[in-house]
Amino acid sequence: MAKTPVPPSEERLLPRVRALLGGRVLDSHCHRGDETIIVPAESIQDVMRALHDDEELDFEILMDLCGVDHMPRRPRFEVVYHLCSYRKRHRLRVKVQVDGPEPVVPTLRDLWPGADWFEREVWDMYGIRFEGHPDLRRLLMYDGFEGHPLRKDYPVTRRQPLIGPRN
Amino acid sequence: MGILDTLESQVDAVVGWGRKYSLFVYPFVTACCGMEYMAASCAHYDTDRFGAAYPRFSPRQTDLLLVVGTISHKLAPVLKRVYEQMAEPKWVIAFGVCTCTGGFYDNYATVQGIDTIIPVDVYIPGCPPRPEMVIDGIMKLQDKIQREKAGLLRRRTMSVAEIPSPDTLSTIGGLTPHGQSKR
Ligand code: SF4
Repeated sequence: MAKTPVPPSEERLLPRVRALLGGRVLDSHCHRGDETIIVPAESIQDVMRALHDDEELDFEILMDLCGVDHMPRRPRFEVVYHLCSYRKRHRLRVKVQVDGPEPVVPTLRDLWPGADWFEREVWDMYGIRFEGHPDLRRLLMYDGFEGHPLRKDYPVTRRQPLIGPRN
Repeated sequence: MGILDTLESQVDAVVGWGRKYSLFVYPFVTACCGMEYMAASCAHYDTDRFGAAYPRFSPRQTDLLLVVGTISHKLAPVLKRVYEQMAEPKWVIAFGVCTCTGGFYDNYATVQGIDTIIPVDVYIPGCPPRPEMVIDGIMKLQDKIQREKAGLLRRRTMSVAEIPSPDTLSTIGGLTPHGQSKR
């Protein structure tokens, strides 16, 4: 007989995550089995190190790292991390919220080398600076491009061609 | 009107005939249209019937630049450079609506039509265009080539100042040939 599937909204990791991180979990929710926590930006390196090293959670993979612009909400920006454990077969979403015209988040480059290009992309598209990143250059856009095109206040009609007509 | 004009029109007809059936193609393929290009240029639709199937991956050996797929602003200097490397006479086909107008990529990243960078002879819209449209485009280009004045009998000269130096070519948009920034 097939195993009963886990009820989709049941929290599987969050109790353990809360016990591990304590007060650094500012908020958490579980939507259809996708568990999410929000932590303070300045503690992201410690939090990730703890999630990475914990025997039970065992998050060895950073699947994704991306930015979100929630303008006009405050705080305006979010950086979203998706963690995965192949060995334990579970996933967790971690978010940090930052604000201001030049938001800063500590880098995870030293914990996961794969974060290097993700962080460069987020810098390129949203202008979120990753403190401690050794080579925070644009990844997709070219040198000489001004602004960060996925910010919601980047004018939708603004073009910055390298050659050819400008507008 | 004179004997020279008559002779010239005859020579033009022969040269045009020769050129239109020996188009060597440089496929500048960047995106999804490439799939359609492969379908159109392979045996099923067989553009070799028009003498336009032989892809050369060196711009110096080609007559026809087939720009296939979305061109981003970052790539634009590379496309221009490839075009400049081709020897005369040369023609350009914009393959797919992305190359014609930017298509639905009306955004910060995409060139709004490659004719803002290089001259275009034939536009083939469609996303991607049907192979029949590609063949139609090639035939239209052949018509155009046939009607061109080759001007072989009249002497044309290019002053040394007009010939672009390698230095100016390699610094278009501040980029190296591979689109990387110089640092
Ligand atoms: S025209 Fe359509 S199929 Fe061709 S490159 Fe653009 S999006 Fe892709």
